[in-house]
Amino acid sequence: MAHSVRRDAPELPDFSLLKRLARDQLIYLLEQLPGRKDLFIEADLMSPLDRIANVTTLKQHDVDKLYKVEHKPIVSTSDQTVRGCFLYPLTNWFLFPDVVNADKAFGRFRRYKIIFSPQKFYACENLLEEQGIFGDVTTDEWSFYLLPLDDDIISLELPEFFRDYFLEGDQRWVRTAGSALHLLHSVYGPFSKVYGIGRCSKMAYESWREQVEEGEQRARQAEIGNVFLIDRDVDLVTPLCSQVVYEGLVDDIFRIKCGCVEFCPDVTSSDKSIKVMLNSQDKVFNEIRNEHFSQVFGFLSQKARNLQTAYDKRSGMDIKQMKTFVSEELKGLKQEHRLLSLHIGASESMMKKKTKQDFQELLKTEHSLLEGFEIRECISYIEEHINRQVSMVESMRLLCLLSLTENGLLPKDYRSLKNQFLQSYGIEHLLTFSNLKQLGLLVEQQPGETLTVMESRVGKLVNDKTAGQIQAGPNTVTVFNTGWVPIPLLYLIQSDEEYDLRVPRDMAYIFSGAYIPLSCKLIEQVLERDGWTGLEEVTRMLNGHEFAVTGKTSGVKTDSQRIILVMFLGGCTFSEISALRFLGREKGLKFIVVTTAITNSARLLESMLDNHA
Amino acid sequence: MWREHKHVFSISNVFKLKESKRAVNSIRSLVEEEDEEDDVEKVSWSGEPVGSISWSVKETESSIRSTGEVRDQSFPKIHTAPSLPKNSSGYSLSSLFKEHSEKLLTSLILYLLDCRWSVHDDVILLWQDYVSDWTPEETVKRMQQGKVYSLEKFRSLQDKLLLLDEAVNAHDGNVITAVLIYLKKSLSKEILFRELITREIALRHYIHYLKEIGEQKLLLMQYRDHLNVRDENKRRDFLKNCLSFPFSPDDATHVQDHYTLLERQIIIEANDKQVESSGQADIFKKYPRKASILNMPIITTLYYSCFYHYGESDGTFSSPANIRKTFRISDKQFLLTCLGARAKLKAWFDVDALFTTKNWLGYTKKRSPIGFHRIVDILQKNNAPVQVLQDYVNLVEDVEQKISLAQKYKCHDVIINTYRDLKDRQQLIVYRGKVERSSSEYRKIEEILSNSVRW
Repeated sequence: MAHSVRRDAPELPDFSLLKRLARDQLIYLLEQLPGRKDLFIEADLMSPLDRIANVTTLKQHDVDKLYKVEHKPIVSTSDQTVRGCFLYPLTNWFLFPDVVNADKAFGRFRRYKIIFSPQKFYACENLLEEQGIFGDVTTDEWSFYLLPLDDDIISLELPEFFRDYFLEGDQRWVRTAGSALHLLHSVYGPFSKVYGIGRCSKMAYESWREQVEEGEQRARQAEIGNVFLIDRDVDLVTPLCSQVVYEGLVDDIFRIKCGCVEFCPDVTSSDKSIKVMLNSQDKVFNEIRNEHFSQVFGFLSQKARNLQTAYDKRSGMDIKQMKTFVSEELKGLKQEHRLLSLHIGASESMMKKKTKQDFQELLKTEHSLLEGFEIRECISYIEEHINRQVSMVESMRLLCLLSLTENGLLPKDYRSLKNQFLQSYGIEHLLTFSNLKQLGLLVEQQPGETLTVMESRVGKLVNDKTAGQIQAGPNTVTVFNTGWVPIPLLYLIQSDEEYDLRVPRDMAYIFSGAYIPLSCKLIEQVLERDGWTGLEEVTRMLNGHEFAVTGKTSGVKTDSQRIILVMFLGGCTFSEISALRFLGREKGLKFIVVTTAITNSARLLESMLDNHA
Repeated sequence: MWREHKHVFSISNVFKLKESKRAVNSIRSLVEEEDEEDDVEKVSWSGEPVGSISWSVKETESSIRSTGEVRDQSFPKIHTAPSLPKNSSGYSLSSLFKEHSEKLLTSLILYLLDCRWSVHDDVILLWQDYVSDWTPEETVKRMQQGKVYSLEKFRSLQDKLLLLDEAVNAHDGNVITAVLIYLKKSLSKEILFRELITREIALRHYIHYLKEIGEQKLLLMQYRDHLNVRDENKRRDFLKNCLSFPFSPDDATHVQDHYTLLERQIIIEANDKQVESSGQADIFKKYPRKASILNMPIITTLYYSCFYHYGESDGTFSSPANIRKTFRISDKQFLLTCLGARAKLKAWFDVDALFTTKNWLGYTKKRSPIGFHRIVDILQKNNAPVQVLQDYVNLVEDVEQKISLAQKYKCHDVIINTYRDLKDRQQLIVYRGKVERSSSEYRKIEEILSNSVRW
């Protein structure tokens, strides 16, 4: 896809081992409870569990029936009920005692076991104790820290991380992140360098380092050399942008869950939905996942033509040739045909949906916001969006983008937009606004503290001009200096010339060439400089907390040095993964993305909602 | 926490003790076996399952937990947070007895590590006599590692706070919360809050914990509770109660609105339900209500009122004008909502009236607080016929925009007239090629083109 593809990129380590590890540990836990048992699984853990074990495996270990946890009295025939209450997110853990107490009220006394994943919390045990069921229920933990979603994506499957840490200020997952890193380090390390930015990254690093010190390290050939840790709040703009790369778009529209997507009848052009795994095993998907959506159609039609030609070969064949064709090629062609029609269907359906919501205009507004131009027009666009009661999350997303790029809204605008928002979507969103404010996603400009709008606008214009020149040298970085939430101008905005999306020249292609995601740009810069030297201005704007440390046994130049593990604390988007893949191809590196969860604008904002009863 | 252990112990009896001893013995043999295996260093990383599952778990786990003595990897500590003052009061383990117990503990820990939580309860019995004076640092470390610990001995306020600060220093939310639960149990509320005020991280953990277990009642949280009240009358009363809370002026207005809104919705709902079921009003017969209006946003309520109660006098609660006034709805917002509702009903006359203003001479003029191109868009989305659409396309000021809209929605007359007014013969000829020969548009273009006076 890019011009200068370096072909010597090293091989990725084999992460299927992590799956085996998790599966074996689960089986071990099940074996600890001899006899037949029922397994109750928390909804959020269903998909991850699916990825590592199947029903047959569970049945082989005396699991009688599988249930979804529903927080109501359990009707089960087994005398020994193993309540595999994998309260993964622990969002509902406080409901569990009701189940046991209801059981007791019925005069039933069953043996329960709660297996917490990835770890148990003292608060949970305390609750069991307070409810007087501590002895009736035993607990265990399943250290299922890491789920490989693809060759280069590993997820902690902790979508609640973002809210818990960044909004509530609860550090309960910090150690989990450290442990996950420790697991990777133990299996694929030793790491030689760790870079990072953000408070949570620092704490996760410390937690990991302590765990390394506590344990003992076996000398082995490192498969992963360098690590980059980044807090999600270092760059909140990128995840709030509309995704236009194929995989990101599919996630925005259909929601990919644990590497699996459910395509509606609209896509499959049949009367039922189908679930499809989306990963590198899908050859068609693998070729288009990182492409800008506008390029996908051309690719798919070319592919379809090739397929037609391959099928057409049959016409001139004699019996013998036909025989070889059927036995050797036909199966592959059929498979490809199936995948191709699936992705064509998906593209069409997405196109339809996006046209319906005036996607072009939406993108235009987004880009204006990022460039800081025509802000009044943007505001009236958002206003109308709110007034017409179009998707609540979309309105909120635009408001947050406005606030992030303008360092908060003018008090007058803030009040008026908030008022209209509450009128359109419900007054209980007072709570949402309070959350967004706390997190700094949507705030009012503090009088006296910030530049006036005009000043900041001028500042931006000046910076915009220089931005074009910056690209020449990698050592200069300009910064959007805009008040209390500074946005560094690593979103090198490049609006003047036509951006050829067929031959992307930098990571900006993931946003139609409009700007480069800050998160990925930081990673690129730090790797290039082997540290933070020269980026002082940027890190100051980002509230510091950057670090770069070297372990004792570095200096060995092996392939592993070109394998970089990037850990996003608080989630990362498919667009960012695509950008890093691009960067990897350009520089002959391989990136492995470890994230607390795959996120996108909708997930991120929905986690801010408080209005579910 | 001591109580917690006691609770576990109380289940115990001699039989259990024996059982646990057996358990520990069996673990020892396991551990030894494992050591031997590790000495051979024959751990396969290929992913092929070898032997039983338990064995393979052990295999994978032990290889991760590491065995060899090599320790050449060490990363520097980095400064993670403003360090809290550390007090080096006497927590040293100097006495012989303690050292002895430490040793014993260490070996027990080794067992524990391998037998994990499953035999935990039993093994605890073995060392209940040895639980000793761990420093705050050690205690926190043990808690992080899931080992047995005791908080009971942290009795003085100073000790408790040292423990808390240590937990915060370790950046482990799980442990911070555990310590806070203990402090909550063993300190009075006033003292705890007084101390938490100066410890922001701990305070946030505490608030989050209280929120999760449903004890937290901060201002907005109390308001939030209205969501749990199902019955609308009770919910209204709950909201009324909220009005007295010390919200910020802005928020107070919103909460007041919320109360007023629900109060009205209850009245409107009761009335309309009755009207609908009695079959008195045509509008309800023609367009039966799909859902109740209760708990809907203000704008949805306005839309509803424009739909079912259009033209009512300002005095009624359900009239659009009254809702508009009560909730200070902007002109733009009102127009958009009203437009949506009337267009849905295909009440084009009402739509027309929305934009019509009379000047002092009695002439009428069409005005709109939002661009007419947007209006066209909205009407089109509501399936307005071309005859209606073209009136509004005509009102678009920008000629280019007008033509592109007209083309998009096939308003031939607008296009033809615009080109005619622009005297753009060339475009007219081009456009003639686009319409059907037999159509009236075609004839119209022909007519204009042949009218030599024009050109």
